[in-house]
Amino acid sequence: MSAWQLYALSGLAWFGVGMWGLFAHAHWVRKILAVNVAGSGLFLVLAALARRATTPAPDPVPHALVLTGIVVGISATALALSVARRLAEVEATARLDEDATHEPAAPPAGADARAGGDAAPPPAGGGAPP
Amino acid sequence: MTADLLPLWVLLSSLVASVAIFGLSERRVATRTAINLVAAVVKLALVAVMLWGVYQGARYEVRVAFVPGADLLLRSDPLSLLFISLSAVLWLATTIYAVGYLEGAPDRSRFFGFFSLCVASTMGIALAGNLLTFFLFYELLTLSTYPLVVHRGTAASLAAGDRYLAYTLLGGGLLLVGVAWLHATAGGLEFTVGGALPPPGDAAPSYVACFALLVAGLGVKAALVPLHGWLPVAMVAPAPVSALLHAVAVVKAGAFGIARVIYDVYGVRLADTLGLLRPLAAVAATTIVYGSLRALTQDDLKRRLASSTVSQLSYIVLGVATFGQIATVGGLVHLVHQGLMKIVMFFCAGNLADELELHRVSELDGVGRRMPLTMAAFTVAALGMIGLPPVAGFVTKWYLGAGALDAGAPWVVGVLLTSSLLNAAYFLPIVYRAWFGVRREAWPPPAGRLEVRPTLLGPTVVVAALALAAGVFAATELSPLRWVELIAAQEYGP
Amino acid sequence: MTEPAWVAGVVVIPLVGALIAVLAGRRAAPIAVVTAVGAAVAAAALVRQIARDGVVEHAVGGWAAPLGIALRADGLSALFVAAVAVVGTAAIVYALAHPGTPHRFHAAWLLGWAGLAALAVSADAFNLYVALELLTLAGATLVALASEAAALRAALRYILLALAGSLAYLFGVVLLYAAHATLELSALGAAVTPGPVTAVAIAAMVAGLALKSALFPLHGWLPPAYAGAPAASAVVLAGLLGKASFLVLVRLWFEVVPPSLRPDAGLLLGVLGAAGALWGAVLALRQTRLRRLLAYSSVGQLGYLFLVFPLGTGPALAGAVYLVLAHAAAKAALFMAAGSIERACGSDELGALRGLAPRMPLTFLTIGLAGLTLMGLPPSGGFVAKWLLLGASLETGQWWWAIVLVVGGFLAAAYVFRVLRLAFLPAAGAAAIARAPRGAELPALALALVSLGLGLAAAPPLALLGAGP
Repeated sequence: MSAWQLYALSGLAWFGVGMWGLFAHAHWVRKILAVNVAGSGLFLVLAALARRATTPAPDPVPHALVLTGIVVGISATALALSVARRLAEVEATARLDEDATHEPAAPPAGADARAGGDAAPPPAGGGAPP
Repeated sequence: MTADLLPLWVLLSSLVASVAIFGLSERRVATRTAINLVAAVVKLALVAVMLWGVYQGARYEVRVAFVPGADLLLRSDPLSLLFISLSAVLWLATTIYAVGYLEGAPDRSRFFGFFSLCVASTMGIALAGNLLTFFLFYELLTLSTYPLVVHRGTAASLAAGDRYLAYTLLGGGLLLVGVAWLHATAGGLEFTVGGALPPPGDAAPSYVACFALLVAGLGVKAALVPLHGWLPVAMVAPAPVSALLHAVAVVKAGAFGIARVIYDVYGVRLADTLGLLRPLAAVAATTIVYGSLRALTQDDLKRRLASSTVSQLSYIVLGVATFGQIATVGGLVHLVHQGLMKIVMFFCAGNLADELELHRVSELDGVGRRMPLTMAAFTVAALGMIGLPPVAGFVTKWYLGAGALDAGAPWVVGVLLTSSLLNAAYFLPIVYRAWFGVRREAWPPPAGRLEVRPTLLGPTVVVAALALAAGVFAATELSPLRWVELIAAQEYGP
Repeated sequence: MTEPAWVAGVVVIPLVGALIAVLAGRRAAPIAVVTAVGAAVAAAALVRQIARDGVVEHAVGGWAAPLGIALRADGLSALFVAAVAVVGTAAIVYALAHPGTPHRFHAAWLLGWAGLAALAVSADAFNLYVALELLTLAGATLVALASEAAALRAALRYILLALAGSLAYLFGVVLLYAAHATLELSALGAAVTPGPVTAVAIAAMVAGLALKSALFPLHGWLPPAYAGAPAASAVVLAGLLGKASFLVLVRLWFEVVPPSLRPDAGLLLGVLGAAGALWGAVLALRQTRLRRLLAYSSVGQLGYLFLVFPLGTGPALAGAVYLVLAHAAAKAALFMAAGSIERACGSDELGALRGLAPRMPLTFLTIGLAGLTLMGLPPSGGFVAKWLLLGASLETGQWWWAIVLVVGGFLAAAYVFRVLRLAFLPAAGAAAIARAPRGAELPALALALVSLGLGLAAAPPLALLGAGP
């Protein structure tokens, strides 16, 4: 196995771990991190592909893609983190309770009529940040 | 204004009125009435011009590209003129009637806006030159009638509206599938005298299935049993709605559509060859008898009239589904005759409800002395429905019977006789009660010199006179009968 | 070059506008108006150019692909850019008039506008990825402008699922690039051969885009996002952003996916789309709040779009694209109306709508007219789309899709009339009702009329669609 294949395969593994983490974890910050892991994995694959050719100069296209992708990824991460922080401020806990969305529940204090059925507060205790 | 655009002007005359009325504030009564009447008169004039032109052999056509394989097409031919003339005349009459009937009622801008929209849809149905255009206006008619059915906003009218929608949208869905399927099988499908479909070949089963879908879709509005359930319930609507829409526009749209499908899409010969006419005639015969039987047991006057409508509409269907030129004449001419006679009856029912709060047959004892002109008009229409000469209904039944014998279907005569007996059994008691019934207490006296407001009485009497004239002058050159004979001669061709 | 590069203008103008709007902060509104006018003019010019010359190609700054950005606009691009311009401008007018619209809406929406335009005129798989991510950022920001916990949670879920979808798509792009060393869609289409790599790549891309398009059963994120976002945000989300990924999927499907893979995968997508169409409508029928009803209706309407995959090009593709256009106008109008109603009554509970019609006749007229498209009844753009899809399914002998279309139409009629019949009920009580501002009612009505007009003047847009593959 050549070096670029090794990098590419480990990038793929990284991608898989990240995607798994996105759906396996309930905590918002972990989910955000997981998406970053998956994205980095893909960028590693792309970077590895750049060295695949036997020519001395690496293929510039994957590099351009990786740079663009990193910029996009950083922006999305920043946005996600800022929303997560505002959410944490609003409800003092940052756990997504999947079950809460399906129960018609009393809106939390301070929420207006628009909050409706999704506004069930998550159970206390389970949602403390690590 | 070029003559070619006549169909568009006829359509726009009520469409523009509709939009203008929606924009009016509720208080602008005089302006609204003026718009209504001017639009109705203008339309009548346009239709008269078009009628004369078509009589001279002219054909008007407006075509706009729409989707691949089908244009939006408005076209005037003798059959469309038959329906349009009827609607235009009765629209004017009903508009005058409705202005009087709804005096002082709330939400009149909404009412007249949708009312005009209904008439525009009816015009579109009559003028449609292909199945897609027909479907477009057919659904528009459903949608614009709904607000009129639920107009009063009561629980009963909303329930009636729900039922109306359930039936008519279901019908619309069946019709749409039928139209699309036929389109996919045979292409364009512009209405053509003698039939538009190419010879079926392998597609015969598709043709049959499409016919079933089309007729079922149209049969909802034409109130063929068992698709008639919405009609009696929809009678909660105000009287002018029942009169124009449920005696003329909506129900006739279904019957007219069936005539179009048989004559100008399939062609009566192909329909007969494929064996499509006989089952339809059987359904129509069943409906005729069933509707009459239902009418017997209704005490509510409007509901009795509605059940009678179910029955009478199927005369049209029976006529067009019986293979033979004479029966066709009987069916198509009933499109006009039934409209004239039934609208008179609904006007009368409205007069009774408006003036004396009478809604039930059992309350009508002696009402003929209090409202003689109204009940005279009712009597004329009732005798016509039963089929007594010289009222228009006699002409229908004569041609239907003769046509059935000519077509070798003597059982139709049996149906006609049974139905006539039943008609007599449910209409004559009303007439008898009105003229010969005895009432103990005195009727409340009329407010003016007439038995009921002139805006209500005028249309009633005039249309009753028309119904009589259509029978008496049936043999003259410009009678509905002559016009229909012209159509039938073309459809059966040389 | 004698004519300005409108194809670049439709992307650059809103992008620059978005940046200035960010800097302007609370004074973003006038900048949004100016940008909308400029972008709409560019869109109109591009439509005219494509109608006249056919497909337009342009290398940004003279840099050729693969390192430069190559733009390519065909009839489909023109129609989508036009829809973005019409709905987008109306949304800005609405946002100005609707009380309580956050000032950040303008920057977020202009960013979304740029993303949508970029997506419409991109011809290579990686540009499409960038456009999709731009839309993820804009969309999540639009949702997150709300201040309630529920909406923020919906925004976070939106951003994470959208990212996951984008990554799955990017994964496929990477695999295809590894195999064929090109990113251009048409070149990829010529190069791909059926095989395990292609299958995995296509599967990843399709799954990612399906997730972003809320294809059943991946639709769970959509209703809370649309129902929780501020009124103006919901308008552009439901009207435009929700259809972006579907458009990418269409490009991918008909330009890249090898024909031998299409029947089976297409059938799967069709079945899921049909299930979504029916299930979305059933759930819409069961909602008690107007905006949630509309959101589930979107799940249903997006489902119909996926019928294009088993039905193929020609009338079916025209029908799906037409549904995108008609639904964009109609659903945007409906969310505007819902926002106005919510503002007037303090709630969008259906019960609160009783007797509201005399107070807000224009809003109810809007609901009625736009509702036609949801029901697929004539005259409306929705009917034209339904007619084309119906014709395609009957012509190809796949009559079962016709049943889905008709039954879905019945269900839609049931939920639309559930709202409309309230207009005829007498008022529930003497509830204090604030009138909606005319400036918020009129753009909604205008869009409803657009959806109606699409049902009458269908020939020009359909002809434009024929201008490119």
